[in-house]
Amino acid sequence: MIVPDRLLLSGNEAVALAARKAGVILGTGYPGTPSTEILEEFHRLGGRSQWAPNEKVALEVGLGASLAHSRVIVTMKHVGVNVAADPLFTAAYTGTPGALVVISADDPGMASSQNEQDNRHFAVAAGLPMLEPSSSQEAFDFTLAAIEISERWHLPVLLRMTTRVCHSKTIVHSLRTPHPASHPFFEEDIPSLVMIPAYARPAHRKLRARLADIAGWNETSPLNQIIEGDSGLGIITSGISYQHAREAAPGASFLKLGMTCPLPFDKIKTFVESVERCLVIEEGDPWLADAIRAEGIPVERKLHEFRFGELDVERVRRIIEGDATPAPPPPGGRPPQLCTGCPHRSVFEILRDLHCIVAGDIGCYTLGVLPPFQAMDTCVCMGASIGVGLGLRHALPPEEARRVVSVIGDSTFVHSGLTGLVEMVYNRPETGHVVIILDNGTTAMTGLQEHPGTGRTLEHSPTGKVNFEEFARSLGIGRVQTMDPTRDPASFEKALVENLQSDDLVLMIARKPCLLAASKIREYERAAQELMACDCAHGEN
Amino acid sequence: MMPDSVINVVLAGIGGQGVLKASDILSDAAFRAGYDVKKSEIHGMSQRGGSVSSDVRFGPEVFSPMVPPGCADFLVVLEETQVEPNRHRLHPEGVLIELSFLDKAKISNRKSLNVALLGVLSGYLDIEISFWLEAIRAGLPENLHEVNLTSFEIGRQAIGSMTRAD
Ligand SMILES: Cc1ncc(C[n+]2csc(CCOP(=O)(O)OP(=O)(O)O)c2C)c(N)n1
Ligand code: SF4
Repeated sequence: MIVPDRLLLSGNEAVALAARKAGVILGTGYPGTPSTEILEEFHRLGGRSQWAPNEKVALEVGLGASLAHSRVIVTMKHVGVNVAADPLFTAAYTGTPGALVVISADDPGMASSQNEQDNRHFAVAAGLPMLEPSSSQEAFDFTLAAIEISERWHLPVLLRMTTRVCHSKTIVHSLRTPHPASHPFFEEDIPSLVMIPAYARPAHRKLRARLADIAGWNETSPLNQIIEGDSGLGIITSGISYQHAREAAPGASFLKLGMTCPLPFDKIKTFVESVERCLVIEEGDPWLADAIRAEGIPVERKLHEFRFGELDVERVRRIIEGDATPAPPPPGGRPPQLCTGCPHRSVFEILRDLHCIVAGDIGCYTLGVLPPFQAMDTCVCMGASIGVGLGLRHALPPEEARRVVSVIGDSTFVHSGLTGLVEMVYNRPETGHVVIILDNGTTAMTGLQEHPGTGRTLEHSPTGKVNFEEFARSLGIGRVQTMDPTRDPASFEKALVENLQSDDLVLMIARKPCLLAASKIREYERAAQELMACDCAHGEN
Repeated sequence: MMPDSVINVVLAGIGGQGVLKASDILSDAAFRAGYDVKKSEIHGMSQRGGSVSSDVRFGPEVFSPMVPPGCADFLVVLEETQVEPNRHRLHPEGVLIELSFLDKAKISNRKSLNVALLGVLSGYLDIEISFWLEAIRAGLPENLHEVNLTSFEIGRQAIGSMTRAD
């Protein structure tokens, strides 16, 4: 791979480039803003990239590949780590002989997310080393460092990015070449890799010992930098907050932490003692300040107001000045809306007109909550529509219960709706239930990614396809109906009314491609047919 | 010649109008001119029609990728309705660049209005024309080069007929 020596890259592109240069054999994940472009770029650079059905599966596949002594990245948005948390916590015990870098892209300020959870807590909770880049150059450097740390200490490493690091384009000018990856092989190591209690107990001790060792290394690691300035004000910071703070307080002294778990407390203590006033500047929870204060090191914590939303130069200035008066809200722009001609529109018009209680889910279609539809009553996390709908059915009196519908997108259904459907047949509400899959043939919300229900891989080539109808029938759901809601909205409405009154278990599939994806889907299908015709012709030889 | 302070540009419009493409071209032109550059925006939602804005900053050294509130030297707006929601981002002495600067009749392809406004902006910035042209060519598919280069030139000439902000 020949790359010029000065590039303008987003943080996501820089991670992909580093992974490619390091010979990462597999990138896997599930789309989610702001992480999505990492795997797309890794594929563009010639790396092997895969969309998993969800983050838990992605992490398990990634762990498996790294157990073969290879280098792997697994990408997801912050809430994806919740889904992947089960394997994550125990992968810290097993460790890995290869390199496993888990990339969590957090979204402070919720530009495109349902919460602004701060995933730095995960590093502490699971016991994983964590790196926090503040620019594309660091996204590149820290990806390589994460691979090296993972290989040296045999632990998965968390690379924690945030929206402004993932999506900002900044200059990358130094592209270090990592030492080459080894060839994959598997070595039996039952006590390390089989987590029965007898092996897990020593594994937990081993994890803590490894972390203590890393903490010692981190005291002098080049990942943390001191920028000497005025001794009147010292600032401890990490990630994007560093960039805002350097601008807000150009004269201050800085301790910029690159590896924030485990923390280099001696280094922090020395820095704090070298300045008169020491302030921690961080986005999200006061996590870093609390960790330092818990060690008995006196640092100032930002005011409560700044726990919410993103930081910027102005807000950092106000943190330094201790000014917590809420900033005037910016004049509202135009909120996003379902595209004119979006197939989701017809279904939400019907749900609105029928006054259904709609347990909703996450995707473009969540915009069904806004006028002119206002036809969504709950939205919590991916897949929750089915469980929440069933819960409402169980609790409400029958007449009310019959108004409840669960509405879920196709990508979301594969991600975490399958088990909800199993719950529906297993713990069937007395009034039955109606689930509608809004099957627009793509993961539209995050930029039109493929998923197992489209039958195409990340790079849009044909592969096995999950058939929703057959899956539902195999569970014993009798009424499975597939319709194009845009072609004949009246029959869709009529069918829905009948289904709600039937007290049966019903899966309705509203199938019509997303407007933005339709022409692309036709292209992929044409390409696939040509490929098949070509293969057949060869077969006849 | 490099300006010794950071130049802040905010581009704004509605999803689908090419705001992000324009900010890509601007940041690439500044990058080619040798500046430190940072560009930041919120994206990720596919749906068309919502407000979109992008921040580009360049100079000898840039830290935060976001233009601080009220600090934009230039606010480039691709749609009239988006002027007011973004006006607070402009510095009191900053320059607002909007569609009314252009003789729209001259722009054959509305899709190249974003590049025409970059043409207007280019007249105010210390970035050589050759870097702009390279960035436009690098940022767009070949079949769109001609129409966009023409629109850029129309925009560039539009300010000749107006008073330049200092
Ligand atoms: C655990 C988790 N992973 C990823 C996301 C990001 N995300 C939100 S909705 C969605 C999928 C949307 O696709 P689909 O259900 O097909 O609906 P569409 O947008 O196509 O209407 C994704 C990837 C999330 N919110 N939570
Ligand atoms: S991107 Fe597709 S699914 Fe999303 S609003 Fe537009 S047409 Fe609908």
